[in-house]
Amino acid sequence: MLYREAGQFKATYAEDQQIFPIRQDRIGMAIILALAFVVLPLTADQYWLSAILTPALIFALATLGLNILTGYAGQLSLGTAAFMAVGAFMAYNFELRIPGMPIIGSFILGGVCAAAVGMVFGLPSLRIKGFYLAVATLACQFFVLWALQRVGWFSNNSPSGVIAAQKIVILGYVFDTPASKYLLTLTIVTVMALAAKNLMRSATGRAFMAVRDMDVAAAVIGIRMMHTKLLAFAISSFYCGVAGALFAFCYLGTVEPEAFNLDLSFRVLFMVIIGGMGSILGCFLGAAFITLFPIFVNLATGWVSHTLGIEFSHAVVSNLEQMVFGALIIFFLIVEPNGLARLWQIGKEKLRLWPFPH
Amino acid sequence: MQFFFEVLIGGLLAGVMYSLVALGFVLIFKASGVFNFAQGAMVFFAALTFVSLLERDWNFWLAMLVTLAVMVVLGMAIEKIVLRPLVNQPPITLFMATIGLTFVLEGLSQLLWGSQPHGLELGIPDVPMEWLSQAANINVSQFDVIAALVAGILVAALALFFQKTRIGRALRAVADDHQAALAVGIPLQHIWAIVWAVAGFVALVAGMLWGARNGVQFALTFIALKALPVLILGGFESVAGAIVGGLIIGASEKVAEVYLGPFVGGGIESWFPYVLALVFLLFRPEGLFGEKHIDRV
Repeated sequence: MLYREAGQFKATYAEDQQIFPIRQDRIGMAIILALAFVVLPLTADQYWLSAILTPALIFALATLGLNILTGYAGQLSLGTAAFMAVGAFMAYNFELRIPGMPIIGSFILGGVCAAAVGMVFGLPSLRIKGFYLAVATLACQFFVLWALQRVGWFSNNSPSGVIAAQKIVILGYVFDTPASKYLLTLTIVTVMALAAKNLMRSATGRAFMAVRDMDVAAAVIGIRMMHTKLLAFAISSFYCGVAGALFAFCYLGTVEPEAFNLDLSFRVLFMVIIGGMGSILGCFLGAAFITLFPIFVNLATGWVSHTLGIEFSHAVVSNLEQMVFGALIIFFLIVEPNGLARLWQIGKEKLRLWPFPH
Repeated sequence: MQFFFEVLIGGLLAGVMYSLVALGFVLIFKASGVFNFAQGAMVFFAALTFVSLLERDWNFWLAMLVTLAVMVVLGMAIEKIVLRPLVNQPPITLFMATIGLTFVLEGLSQLLWGSQPHGLELGIPDVPMEWLSQAANINVSQFDVIAALVAGILVAALALFFQKTRIGRALRAVADDHQAALAVGIPLQHIWAIVWAVAGFVALVAGMLWGARNGVQFALTFIALKALPVLILGGFESVAGAIVGGLIIGASEKVAEVYLGPFVGGGIESWFPYVLALVFLLFRPEGLFGEKHIDRV
């Protein structure tokens, strides 16, 4: 009754091409943005802002990056964490070695470095496909971590490669409270998500999708394979690189190369799958879900041990958590292989007809 | 020169151990097109179950039989619970499901048997073979040679199984084309259950050998990562490729670590096999023995 496009006519090309063609979507988006920008920083406590909301947003950005590569351009990658590591360490180095470097500039340059690395390791995608490519991207994962640990220059010769991110200062304002860091992250993520959304409905995005659906056919209709695939790797790694820089500067503060291990790559891949491949909204849903999930499990085990009066040891809880996590992923894939974004789409279809479904 | 040969032979024998793990991947990929990331977790699960039974004073062969039975049941359960509902999904979905399975298996094995490392004694001494060190002054561990023999026998047995038996023919038919196999009346689900059971058996053998070598501990799950470059080098669909790929990766990795490592700070074992496989794939995208795919629009 409330959510339907009946009576909303598009009279101009501009109206036809807007991101949210339905008025209710625009209102909903405005409400969400208002909530995220104004209400949450004012109401949420420090723990939520610094330990849940900020990392969730950063993961959403990394997921966005991987989703561009895997969901839109169809190139499976297991090296996401390595690209994030490049972004984090290079942003640190730009900030360290160039005096007066604006922090946003460092983030962007870190992303550019990640993009360069991504393009180098994306080169094999011109020859190999599918799982062969996925395994090949593991080379990137292991090589980058090795380089960050062994080459002292990256971490300014600190033992075991730990770096301490510099203070974030923009135009004289110091971002040191959880709320300010959250707002900075939110702003960057919002801008980049908007850019991604627009990019994916442009000619570039359509070329990506053509390559994903069938690369031979795409080549036949004149899409430049090398250009498109390398561009997909570059854009994806740029997003991951910026996410990595935010991960170091806005979330962890001090970070070592080991933080960007293969587990993190898989985590981001899970977010893509659970959120929904080829969906911008899905990135946020997936990231929120995976970030919130361990908290739910903790609460649930606490509740169970409280009601049953059994005290679980820490090892048992962590093993159980791992099992439930794995089982849940399998369950999700069986029930809704297209992810949370697809559920939202089904919900929208239902909403259009509600409450008279005929 | 002697040192070089020692490194080379050591590498080749280590490579055989990688092949054992890669073999499990190949079996499942061949028959169902699933890239089973959980193979490493299966190796860990099998080894941990086996060693825990041994430590409870079970007879060696009884423990092995029971573990084998557990692995077969596990394989069938995976087929029934995880794979059957996911028929006709794209390969990446199945791949993700096996990553989920990895988490479940790792959690389950540590929940059941605890997470402390165990030593495993198979009764094969890990000492250099005397006649070889006397004759050619090259030290080669007896254990490695026996492990290589076991791998060789396993491969030969699997090759016979695939080529000569009724089930083997059905397996190859399924690998070629699911739908055509179904159309001629091959029970797809039985076949998958059998493949997963066989993969469980291979995991048990690999787990026992690796466990005896490095101890049964969580790090065992990481050897699956070592098997991946072997896979892409040899080709996902080829049993022979798993062996040859394993030999190449094992030998080159050790030689590179010894002769190249000191120049770049060491520890290159973690990525060298991947880069080697990557460079190789640039020239032969389907691996050494993989099936050549012809793309048509």
